[in-house]
Amino acid sequence: MRRSSTRKTGSALPVNPSSGSSDAYRSASSKAVSKEVERIDNLFYAYADASSGLIDPEGIESFCSDLEVDYTDVRILMLAWKMKAEKQGYFTLEEWRRGLKALHADTISKLKKSLSELEKEVARPTNFSDFYSYSFRYCLTEDKQKCIDIESACELLDLVLGFQFRPQVDKLVEYLKHQRDYKVINMDQWTSFLRFCNEINFLSLDNYDAELAWPLILDNFVEWIREKQS
Amino acid sequence: STFFLTTATSFEAFPTPPPLPRVSVSIDLRVPIRVGFGRGGSGAQRRMSMHERKTIDLEQGWEFMQKGVTKLKNILEGLPEPQFSSEDYMMLYTTIYNMCTQKPPHDYSQQLYDKYRESFQEYITSMVLPSLREKHDEFMLRELVKRWLNHKVMVRWLSRFFHYLDRYFIARRSLPPLNEVGLTCFRDLVYQEIKGKVKDAVISLIDQEREGEQIDRALLKNVLDIFVEIGLGNMDCYENDFEADLLKDTAAYYSRKASNWILEDSCPDYMLKAEECLKREKDRVAHYLHSSSEQKLLEKVQHELLFAYASQLLEKEHSGCHALLRDDKVDDLSRMYRLFCRIPRGLDPVSQIFKQHVTAEGTALVKQAEDVASNKKAEKRDVVGLQEQVFVRKVIELHDKYLSYVNDCFQNHSLFHKALKEAFEVFCNKGVAGSSSAELLATFCDNILKKGGSEKLSDEAIEETLEKVVRLLAYISDKDLFAEFYRKKLARRLLFDKSANDDHERSILTKLKQQCGGQFTSKMEGMVTDLTLARENQSNFEDYLNINPQANPGIDLTVTVLTTGFWPSYKSFDLNLPAEMVKCVEVFREFYQTKTKHRKLTWIYSLGTCNLIGKFEPKTMELIVTTYQAAALLLFNASDRLSYSEIMAQLNLTDDDVIRLLHSLSCAKYKILNKEPYTKSISPNDVFEFNSKFSDKMRRIKIPLPPVDEKKKVIEDVDKDRRYAIDASIVRIMKSRKVLGHQQLVMECVEQLGRMFKTAFTYISHRFSCCLEFLILQPDFKAIKKRIEDLITREYLERDKDNPNLFRYLA
Repeated sequence: MRRSSTRKTGSALPVNPSSGSSDAYRSASSKAVSKEVERIDNLFYAYADASSGLIDPEGIESFCSDLEVDYTDVRILMLAWKMKAEKQGYFTLEEWRRGLKALHADTISKLKKSLSELEKEVARPTNFSDFYSYSFRYCLTEDKQKCIDIESACELLDLVLGFQFRPQVDKLVEYLKHQRDYKVINMDQWTSFLRFCNEINFLSLDNYDAELAWPLILDNFVEWIREKQS
Repeated sequence: STFFLTTATSFEAFPTPPPLPRVSVSIDLRVPIRVGFGRGGSGAQRRMSMHERKTIDLEQGWEFMQKGVTKLKNILEGLPEPQFSSEDYMMLYTTIYNMCTQKPPHDYSQQLYDKYRESFQEYITSMVLPSLREKHDEFMLRELVKRWLNHKVMVRWLSRFFHYLDRYFIARRSLPPLNEVGLTCFRDLVYQEIKGKVKDAVISLIDQEREGEQIDRALLKNVLDIFVEIGLGNMDCYENDFEADLLKDTAAYYSRKASNWILEDSCPDYMLKAEECLKREKDRVAHYLHSSSEQKLLEKVQHELLFAYASQLLEKEHSGCHALLRDDKVDDLSRMYRLFCRIPRGLDPVSQIFKQHVTAEGTALVKQAEDVASNKKAEKRDVVGLQEQVFVRKVIELHDKYLSYVNDCFQNHSLFHKALKEAFEVFCNKGVAGSSSAELLATFCDNILKKGGSEKLSDEAIEETLEKVVRLLAYISDKDLFAEFYRKKLARRLLFDKSANDDHERSILTKLKQQCGGQFTSKMEGMVTDLTLARENQSNFEDYLNINPQANPGIDLTVTVLTTGFWPSYKSFDLNLPAEMVKCVEVFREFYQTKTKHRKLTWIYSLGTCNLIGKFEPKTMELIVTTYQAAALLLFNASDRLSYSEIMAQLNLTDDDVIRLLHSLSCAKYKILNKEPYTKSISPNDVFEFNSKFSDKMRRIKIPLPPVDEKKKVIEDVDKDRRYAIDASIVRIMKSRKVLGHQQLVMECVEQLGRMFKTAFTYISHRFSCCLEFLILQPDFKAIKKRIEDLITREYLERDKDNPNLFRYLA
């Protein structure tokens, strides 16, 4: 419940997708800005599906190939986070504008250049935990879906945490694939993984206390590592 | 007033000082008798003489007193001297009286008081000390005892002579009384000088005795009495001048001994020696030490012999506590208990080793049973068999054995009860070859309680065994699982008339009730009661049929009416009943409606049995089969050949049931049906035909239908119940607390679930309205954590954004 409400507030920006009224106030102050918006919109329509008015998975694929970035690359996920994209595999015009404007990119080449800047932005601790939770929500594709399956969770972990916490992620993925108690991961477990990586000394695990409120899945994980070590 | 001057009666026991005269003189102290200086006369003269009494000066008076004192000294020294006569005594007393009652400056009270003290000092300095100084060791001790006795006699006599001082002068001025002054002289002059020598001599004698020599215990007793008496009612002298050093010496002595013994002796030998030492020291106190020394002395010995070497002694490799337990050395273990229960926390390591030992023995039994089970054929692994029965039997024996250790060797001490409990909890909860202990125990009970079980026991033996099984149940954490298995087995015993004895059934329920509470057994008791009621009901039904012969279906029918809820859940109304039986059911329903209007009958065909007459070519036979089997066989009254799918369709049963019952009729011991193709298992393409050639040497045969393995279902059911219970508890707590730390939540949850049996389960929320009367829970933290995880997913709870150890309730 809480989660869905967060999602709502996250997306409730004062943007009217059909009229783009918020842009009106800007264009009044600066023609350059309106030019930029126009270019951003044009770029959107270059990839959007005419009937749905959205950039669909096909569009994203060609967008990625123009960017010369693989569509499974973490930077695409970062881009989606910047746009606050709601639905996996789709960008709305509103989301597109929000992202590209923030990046000050109205052409593919500018966008390419801004990607490294985006990476740095995401890496900032406050942004990162937001990005990290976003990545989980982004994977919830079905209505009322609250959990993601172990396999997707492993891939996602590798994608979003791999570059920061390589040893932890490798072990965790190994464990998740080995264990049989859990078939899915919930949001709480997911956020706890990040907290675990940030707080727990790895590989000694000497400051891990199962008496605390860590989810059971992490207790089991630690137990599994300790058993393997002994 | 009258007083008797006597020597101490105990005095006669000591031969050294010469006997003093036993004088008994009656004197009126208010009216002094004039003796000596005033000559006696008439009453008038006497009165006059009181005023005209000649004044006695100090020198003259003391000279007279001195004579008496010298006479006393001579008597004490054993010199030839005539005894004091009563006249002598009276003269001496009167002299003092007179000298103290003269008008100042001729009142010599103070001077006489000083002279009194000086008399002792003079005697001690001139006679006592020289004689003591020239003697040593035991002789010195003997002399001291003699001198002390003499001194006490001297104090007694001299204080009588000077008694008038005590009465007025001393009392008025609050000075130390005569007796005290006399004894103090000895203390200050004699005792203070030689106490060190005396102490050393005594301790050296004690050490000699410890080494096995004979010593004069009476002498020591007398010497040590001096240490006590000299304190004049205060134990300081005994404690500081003697006891402190004795304790120090004792500690050193036993520390030396222990350091040798611990290396040379085995643990039992060492303990024997220690026990003997303690006994001797106790004896020592009884014979010559002051009783207040006992506790301190024994503590020293225990500290040096036991406390200092406790772990070394207990862990001696071939004779320590482990070895004693291994070799069943009950006497040595009892001794170990007696010794170690005296030292602080001394039993802790013993109980720890006991626990380890019992755990190891029990774990070995589990391993043994495990090995036997793994040698069994794979397909039989799920069935609890004879070996597991043997295992339970062995666990009971193990418990008997070590419970008797706790009761006898360890004198019922709570620490050992706890150790035994903890040890059993370890291995009793391990389970054997995929069967939990809860299941094994339930099966074990079943075997004892059912007809023709593998255990052939007398009634008393059955009672005793049941008692023990119930006691073992205390160690099992999955009591709810036991209850569920037990109920399944009980149902089979009751419904298939397999229970050997009603009394035993009720007796074990009573035992279970006592141990686990009424809620635990309420359903089981209901089951037993149901059966009694059912018998009554059946005879009513037979009466009904006699009265209404037109209703009789022509088939004997027995119906057991059970109360829903008491019994395990069974499938109902599943079978397409053969027409003959449908009629029976109708008749019974009509009968039942005459008795009660508002009850609904649910028929459970899977629990029925049926006697069929089979007309085979060789002979006609009676077949005892289940209702399922009967229904299948009756299909062949209408058709000669039936395919698997036809049978399944006509019976309306699941594949599992059809395969099971067709297997029992065509592939097992009695082949009532022929199967094509002729193989050992049932497949959906098989075709069946009545075997008209079937025969057997018996006229009546029972065709068993093996029961479905219920283990998985039981475990799943119990698991589900537990999940509900924990969920409900967490939600209930969070609903009232809204925000709660993880640890508190877990704690409150454990507490609440522990209480579950005592309080009725109430309606919690619209999402949880399950009823859980049947639960004994000892939830582990993991189970609770798991449920918290799940409740977070289901959005009953969320973790606080800032404090990850805090949960919030989501209404």
